[in-house]
Amino acid sequence: MSAMESVDGAVRTLPSIGRLSRGLLSRGLLFGGVHGRVGLSPSSRLLPPAPPSQENVDSQKTTFLLRKQWTLYSVTPLYRFSDTHLKDYARLLSAFIAAEKQKGLAVEIGVELGIKVAISSLPDLRGSDRDQAAILVQLSSRSPASPKNSEEKVIWSGWFCSVSGDDFSENVPEDFTCLPLFLANGAESYTSIVGSWFQKTFDCCFRRLAISPLNLSWMAAMWTGCKVDKTASAMELVFSVPHLPQPLDISYAIHPEDAKALWDTVQKTPGEITQEEVDVFMDCLYSHFHRHFKIRLSATKLVKVSTAIASAHCDGIIKFLQSQYLTGVLMLLTELAISQIQ
Amino acid sequence: HLATSLPLPSERDHLRPRIDMIVFMIDIKSKYSLKNVEASLAYVDASFFLGKVCFLVTGVGRVNCCSIEMNAIWKLGEIYSSPVLFCELEMEGIRVATAQRLLRMLQICAGHIPGVSALSFGSLMRSSAND
Repeated sequence: MSAMESVDGAVRTLPSIGRLSRGLLSRGLLFGGVHGRVGLSPSSRLLPPAPPSQENVDSQKTTFLLRKQWTLYSVTPLYRFSDTHLKDYARLLSAFIAAEKQKGLAVEIGVELGIKVAISSLPDLRGSDRDQAAILVQLSSRSPASPKNSEEKVIWSGWFCSVSGDDFSENVPEDFTCLPLFLANGAESYTSIVGSWFQKTFDCCFRRLAISPLNLSWMAAMWTGCKVDKTASAMELVFSVPHLPQPLDISYAIHPEDAKALWDTVQKTPGEITQEEVDVFMDCLYSHFHRHFKIRLSATKLVKVSTAIASAHCDGIIKFLQSQYLTGVLMLLTELAISQIQ
Repeated sequence: HLATSLPLPSERDHLRPRIDMIVFMIDIKSKYSLKNVEASLAYVDASFFLGKVCFLVTGVGRVNCCSIEMNAIWKLGEIYSSPVLFCELEMEGIRVATAQRLLRMLQICAGHIPGVSALSFGSLMRSSAND
């Protein structure tokens, strides 16, 4: 059962902006290794630098990453991983997958003739030179129906990356490689096979990365502020209402220009966002909704945020929609992955 | 006595027994609960903040459902000089332990424990929390 409520673009000036009190919290400390307490999030974050006019991330190489649903995992540092041995790893992984299939663990029967594994490096996907270059793993196969020499279709992709994870990687001993974020697209059975091979081979640990409503609201605020060239799609927030006999989802769609206008009045320092600004932004949206529909969204759980830049779901699923902001989003996700590991 | 917000309705003032302790419950999954508590605090007489108020944060077992930023809660505890307790209501063991803890605090606040006053207990809790 779902209720769709949308606010049309006619409401351009949200009159409550002027009357909002700014609150006591001053610009807090930058995120510097404060971990371990329940739900602790930084009081401010630096915004990723605006994309340069000539993109240093070759958009062609990364286009295949866009508009796909990626499931997020956090990965502990890999022991004795070397990016010069990628071909060997691909061979070993391929043999492992074949062995697992023989054991009957790969579920799809009769679809693949043979799974080919390709492991490559994506040197552009990183925050700085201190980050390890991203590693892409692709499983492809040829279906029995297509002719012998036809191209193989990629049936599963997964990539490890680290964007601006240097705080974390600096404190890790010599033989370890830090690639704390893992994104997977494709059948869950392959994800678990590939995952277990990496866990066995490099003594690491994969864990699903969930995104809390608090972090989703950060994403909503951060992504609203990003400039988009083409006409942006509406900003959508999805809330799930707890404690009901039947699940109820509320979808709140906001005209992207209204959202950006609101965010521009809230954000003070360009290049930095504080928790207070995120709270003010979200409270504004909530009170606007309450005024119209008498529903308190602040008592519900924010489960999904969709903007023109990307969309994120609290179960740890992300979709990238703009290649220019890819590294920016990855930077935030890397941070979340690292805090889950520590 | 359970209330969803303060102030309590004045019609029943004459029937109500003396209030010894106020526990403000904040559900970490609901931002609204924090706002509600903040609004209700304004209706509490200042004398209660000498050890007779505490904040109970529930739902802490689920870090991934967190809708409230923890700094805001710590700040609340600091501003009102009151202890902040954490619990997970869905787990029976923790629920029972928390209830016993609150009951003990209530006994102190009501003056039933000789030699320990609400104020001295409150400052004891505060100094141990800061360690």
